[in-house]
Amino acid sequence: MNGRSQKIAAVLCAAALTVTAAAAQAQSKIKVGFMLPYTGTYAALGNAIENGFRLYVQEQGGKLGGREIEYFKVDDESEPSKAVDNINKLIKRDNVDVVVGTVHSGVVMAMAKVAKDTNTLLVIPNAGARAVTGPMCAPSIFRASFSNWQPGYAMGKVAGEKGAKKVVTITWKYAAGDESVEGFKDGIAASGGQVVKELTLPFPNVEFQALLTEIAAAKPDAVYAFFAGGGAVKFVKDYDAAGLGKTIPLYGPGFLTDGTLEAQGASAQGLLTTLHYADGLDLPKDKAFRAAYQAAYKAAPDVYAVQGYDSAQLLAVGLNAVKGDVAKRAELVAAMEKAKIDSPRGTFTLSKSHEPVQDIYLRKVEGTQNKVAGVAVKALADPSPGCKM
Amino acid sequence: MTMSPSLARRWPDLAVVALLAAFPWFGGKFEVDLATTIMILAVFALSLELLVGATGLVSFGHAAFFGVAAYATALLAPKAAAPALLVLLPAAMAAAAAFAAFVGALSLRTRGIYFIMVTLAFAQMAYYVFHDTKLGGGSDGIYLNVKPVLAVGGAVVLDLDRSLAFYYFALAALVATFAFLAVLLRSRFGRALAGIKANEQRMRAAGFSTYPYKLAAFVVAGALAGLAGFLYAVKDGFVNPEILAWHQSGAVLLMIILGGIGRLRGAVLGAFAFVLLKEFFQSEAIFGAFARHWQLLLGLAIIACVALMPDGLIGLAAQLRRTRAVAPRAS
Amino acid sequence: MDLATFLVQCLNALQYGLLLFLVASGLTLIFGIMGVINLAHGSFYMIGAYLAYALAPWVALHLGGGFFTALLLGMMLAVAFGYALEWGFVSYLYEREHLQQVLMTYGLILVFEELRSLFAGDDVHGVKPPDWLTGSVPLGDLMTYPVYRLFMSGVCIAVALGLYVVIARTRIGMAIRAGASNREMVQSLGVNIRFLYRVVFAAGVALAVLAGMIAAPVSSVYPGMGNQVLIISFVVVVIGGIGSIRGAFLASLLVGVVDTFGKVLFPQAAGVLVYVLMAAILLWRPEGLFRQG
Repeated sequence: MNGRSQKIAAVLCAAALTVTAAAAQAQSKIKVGFMLPYTGTYAALGNAIENGFRLYVQEQGGKLGGREIEYFKVDDESEPSKAVDNINKLIKRDNVDVVVGTVHSGVVMAMAKVAKDTNTLLVIPNAGARAVTGPMCAPSIFRASFSNWQPGYAMGKVAGEKGAKKVVTITWKYAAGDESVEGFKDGIAASGGQVVKELTLPFPNVEFQALLTEIAAAKPDAVYAFFAGGGAVKFVKDYDAAGLGKTIPLYGPGFLTDGTLEAQGASAQGLLTTLHYADGLDLPKDKAFRAAYQAAYKAAPDVYAVQGYDSAQLLAVGLNAVKGDVAKRAELVAAMEKAKIDSPRGTFTLSKSHEPVQDIYLRKVEGTQNKVAGVAVKALADPSPGCKM
Repeated sequence: MTMSPSLARRWPDLAVVALLAAFPWFGGKFEVDLATTIMILAVFALSLELLVGATGLVSFGHAAFFGVAAYATALLAPKAAAPALLVLLPAAMAAAAAFAAFVGALSLRTRGIYFIMVTLAFAQMAYYVFHDTKLGGGSDGIYLNVKPVLAVGGAVVLDLDRSLAFYYFALAALVATFAFLAVLLRSRFGRALAGIKANEQRMRAAGFSTYPYKLAAFVVAGALAGLAGFLYAVKDGFVNPEILAWHQSGAVLLMIILGGIGRLRGAVLGAFAFVLLKEFFQSEAIFGAFARHWQLLLGLAIIACVALMPDGLIGLAAQLRRTRAVAPRAS
Repeated sequence: MDLATFLVQCLNALQYGLLLFLVASGLTLIFGIMGVINLAHGSFYMIGAYLAYALAPWVALHLGGGFFTALLLGMMLAVAFGYALEWGFVSYLYEREHLQQVLMTYGLILVFEELRSLFAGDDVHGVKPPDWLTGSVPLGDLMTYPVYRLFMSGVCIAVALGLYVVIARTRIGMAIRAGASNREMVQSLGVNIRFLYRVVFAAGVALAVLAGMIAAPVSSVYPGMGNQVLIISFVVVVIGGIGSIRGAFLASLLVGVVDTFGKVLFPQAAGVLVYVLMAAILLWRPEGLFRQG
């Protein structure tokens, strides 16, 4: 063959390969990698998130963007120290197209760094670390849940409106705890309230006795506490056992009472919390979601399941826009940025830093439910300091 | 041309180095990443071998020096510019060596089980300093934003941000550490350490002042652990207090006992074996859903290895030869 | 800090220290008498807590009993388990070097954790204390103190007294004290050292299990709870002097005070303070407060 026909042959081969590759891709599955806690103190939350995600995919007939989904799973054990190795398993070993995770804020920060460095698409179904949509923000990182600051801000506003001037905060010493307290401080500042003492203990320590004594000694107008999972159960019970609930009202973000009311029992009754989700919301989407989840998993859904469901919705918006071609990253991201998600919590959009802009509800514990008692703040957007997108 | 006898003995080491050097050409991204991790842990294990294998000082807090260097790397690196390799690496190792000098000076006054416990205590102290205070990022860790570069007269010669460059840098560090320790242990200093390990009282009776030698070994071991810590911090750009936890100190002790105490090759072999064993037990392809409980298999493997292979993997061949030599006589 | 708060914090410190003593006393006995470093001791504490959680419904259903029946049953199981473990595993550790003991018992920790994961799952659980102990007593007008925590301290003090009586006033106690000072001598004097070891180990396990069972309602039952208590118990044993019950008692209270007041006065340094205490004491007395032999 002479040079010219060689070149033509090469071009034809390349074209043929591209066409077959594209065809193969259109038929092959989209790889979704779950990096969630399947063991440890947040295991129940990890399972709820995965259930919610899978429910949405099932409702779409098992396909997003016209392609089927292949799932990969890694247990992150809520351990920030193993986070890099764990996400590398999904990205480098399993070659996933999108990573969905996680619950713990410390873990998600390491994940975001790796996702940013490797330009991997990351959808966060819970962890509210502000750094991820702040200084570490990136086009490929999205959040479908909340920022740690949002519920705290809303509770601060409510506490201020109820007349609290001196407040003591107590939480675990990690990103989620610090940011939640920061939100509370910002929220209560408007009404002139102040946090006089910030108590912390190492995660996931639950020996509260010495700190409860400190709270009693400080005699504040209110206490703001952020704990989740097993820690939330213990704190609410210990607070009640120390007799503090009678004189010092306890406030907290919704995690203090979400998924924990059965274990907390009488000690949690009447507690006020703020969150972007509640029981008893009079929304058709929520009622349909709850019925479907109950039927599929024989258990009532919680905020974590909703967030998993919404992560799938958000991803679907992007995948549908590019008809499943994950290589078209720019269009995929652009579509997701403009998404308006019809969530069981209500509708929400995304801010410029890919953070949900949503209503924060005020809830009151009645029995084993966190009944909605009003909207604490409407369409609350985290200012996301430090994001240069 | 005949090979000199010492070079002939070295051929397994050279073969391993050649294999590692050629690995990126036939390994995938994940495997090369794993190999880099193993080489870093091999440097860490070699540093402990100097203490435990050569001098007989069982330290249960060696992870502290690894961690101090890793944190020094992340804390000293500028937030936006590429740090200079020739400045950051010595600084990290110096930080580890300084902490080792402090810990060694105080701990070497105790013996036996108390020495083990005191080294553990100092490691725990370092752990809590990074875990609870504002010095690092607390339990969430801190990040190294820009990887170090080696710049000669304004031109970048080596950029550790490139994974292949980093792989070979880690390999070079491993070879350098191994060679350094091999030479050190053959020197007068090394023979003094061997004497201390064999019978410290006799050494002292012979007029040797053992404390300075032990302290020197402790500091050198700390500095080399610092080299491993620096590499660790640069590899993923993320440092977390858990690398100072006593689990890490236990893991590195395990590596050298798995490989075979008293042999430098044993430390390297142990690092490989430990990581590969962990990967094996965690593999869902082999164990399916049970892979979640890989720690059970690892625990049983640890018990079996320590109980059945007192000389480690390196001594396995010799151990098998010994048992086979005894058996026929028994009949 | 005013006087009322100070006294309450002292109460907190005492309660924590006493519980620590329960765990550390078993460890110091095993360590002192048998010369075995057992890193898996924290796992016995965890096993105790999980036993409290697992036995409660079973005992209620089949024996019609409550908390104390479960406690009794748990103790019997613990003694049997300790006896069997010594016979089947620990007895092989006596002749080995410290490093090998450390590593083999470290492997045992992993095995116990995963067995726990297999049989009891990974969720966090609560255990209900008996109804007549669920009140709170008012402490001035500051706050109320849970009665159950007073009960815990009471049990620990009773055990401490019991240990004192057994060790100081019985024949077997005499053998234990002798064994802690000089193992070879005791063997050559014809004491059945194998039996003594087995009894001591079983007792050590039982003490740790008891601590776990009574602590369960207060600390919750969760994976990894053994690791935290393990390191602190070692610190207590080393501060007190290996093999000394008296030392373990004093050291536990010391650690309880440093930890509790540290958490409150220096929250950032709280974790470090206990180790600073240990390092300081070892530098002053390199073999603990009450060294044995």
